[in-house]
Amino acid sequence: MAKVIVVTSGKGGVGKTTTSAAFAAGLALRGHKTVVIDFDVGLRNLDLVMGCERRVVFDFINVINGDANLNQALIKDKRHDNLFIFPTSQTRDKNALKREGVERVMEELKQQFDYIICDSPAGIEHGAITALYFADSAIIVTNPEVSSVRDSDRIIGILASKSRRAERNEPPVDVHLLLTRYDPARVAKGEMLAVEDVKEILSIPLLGVIPESESVLRASNTGTPVVFDEDSPAGRAYVDAVARFLGETREMRFVTPERRNFFWALFGRA
Amino acid sequence: MGFFRSLFQPQRSSAQVAKERLKIVLAHERAGSRAPDFLPTLQKELIAVVGRYVDISDDMIRVTLGNSGDTSSLEINIEIEGAKLKKGGGPALSAAV
Repeated sequence: MAKVIVVTSGKGGVGKTTTSAAFAAGLALRGHKTVVIDFDVGLRNLDLVMGCERRVVFDFINVINGDANLNQALIKDKRHDNLFIFPTSQTRDKNALKREGVERVMEELKQQFDYIICDSPAGIEHGAITALYFADSAIIVTNPEVSSVRDSDRIIGILASKSRRAERNEPPVDVHLLLTRYDPARVAKGEMLAVEDVKEILSIPLLGVIPESESVLRASNTGTPVVFDEDSPAGRAYVDAVARFLGETREMRFVTPERRNFFWALFGRA
Repeated sequence: MGFFRSLFQPQRSSAQVAKERLKIVLAHERAGSRAPDFLPTLQKELIAVVGRYVDISDDMIRVTLGNSGDTSSLEINIEIEGAKLKKGGGPALSAAV
């Protein structure tokens, strides 16, 4: 049975698209046929992060409107056979995502895929609500920072009241906290909310902690999901998070400051 | 002075401040968003019904939703002290509100 996962946050710029790309690639690497959909109509960016921007011909809105069929719009990733990208449109018509149309496309995708990742736009407007409406699971991307935590709390409330599962009185969307841009050194100094604090405030289960890492920008520069970078701490943290999502128990890594040796202290970067 | 104060009163870290502020603001927002939509209407209708028997003003009825542990309670406070009773008790309750 295909599972629909929404990657959402309320706040912008916290790492939803990076997470969607990494998670989709991570699930594909684990052998699951996965598609990642861009719900940010008008501000398409998943294609860039996935490195397939020059291969977009048809998009989500074309399929909803019946101008193209699903297989014409799906882009097969060149790095992995199990991975597909479903780009959105650059149209400025915000209401182009009609719920009935989206539902039809979702049902069709469910026939072909194990996992459907919905990359939500920021905010709590039509696009964000449509992205979370069909979800079975949600990944709440949160930065250890007050405005992001507050917005996450808001979006958790919306998932509990406005999703299809809520409307139909079905078991609720199962929500997971993913803390991104985490800097253990600053946490140790009392300058940043600790993972335990955010967990306690939002009171939802923790899926993973992604450390602040230069490799994330490098990955988006080149259009490569960060999980493909095996040397990257962020990439490895995403691989762990995917494993936990699939039911494995893995210890949290990258949550304590790195121990730096004497020479690093002398000659390393500050 | 500042030096002595910092010696005896350890400064809270900015992360601690952030956590406390978040807890307070979210407690407020959660209480607000969980209140069902019918509360204002309920209050209005109660005023109309009680108003048939007693002279009351809008601010004399308070409807609040409480939460303690696993039980939620709907609390309705009607203040009638000093309110004048209407003669004859007003029309029957079945009348449209």
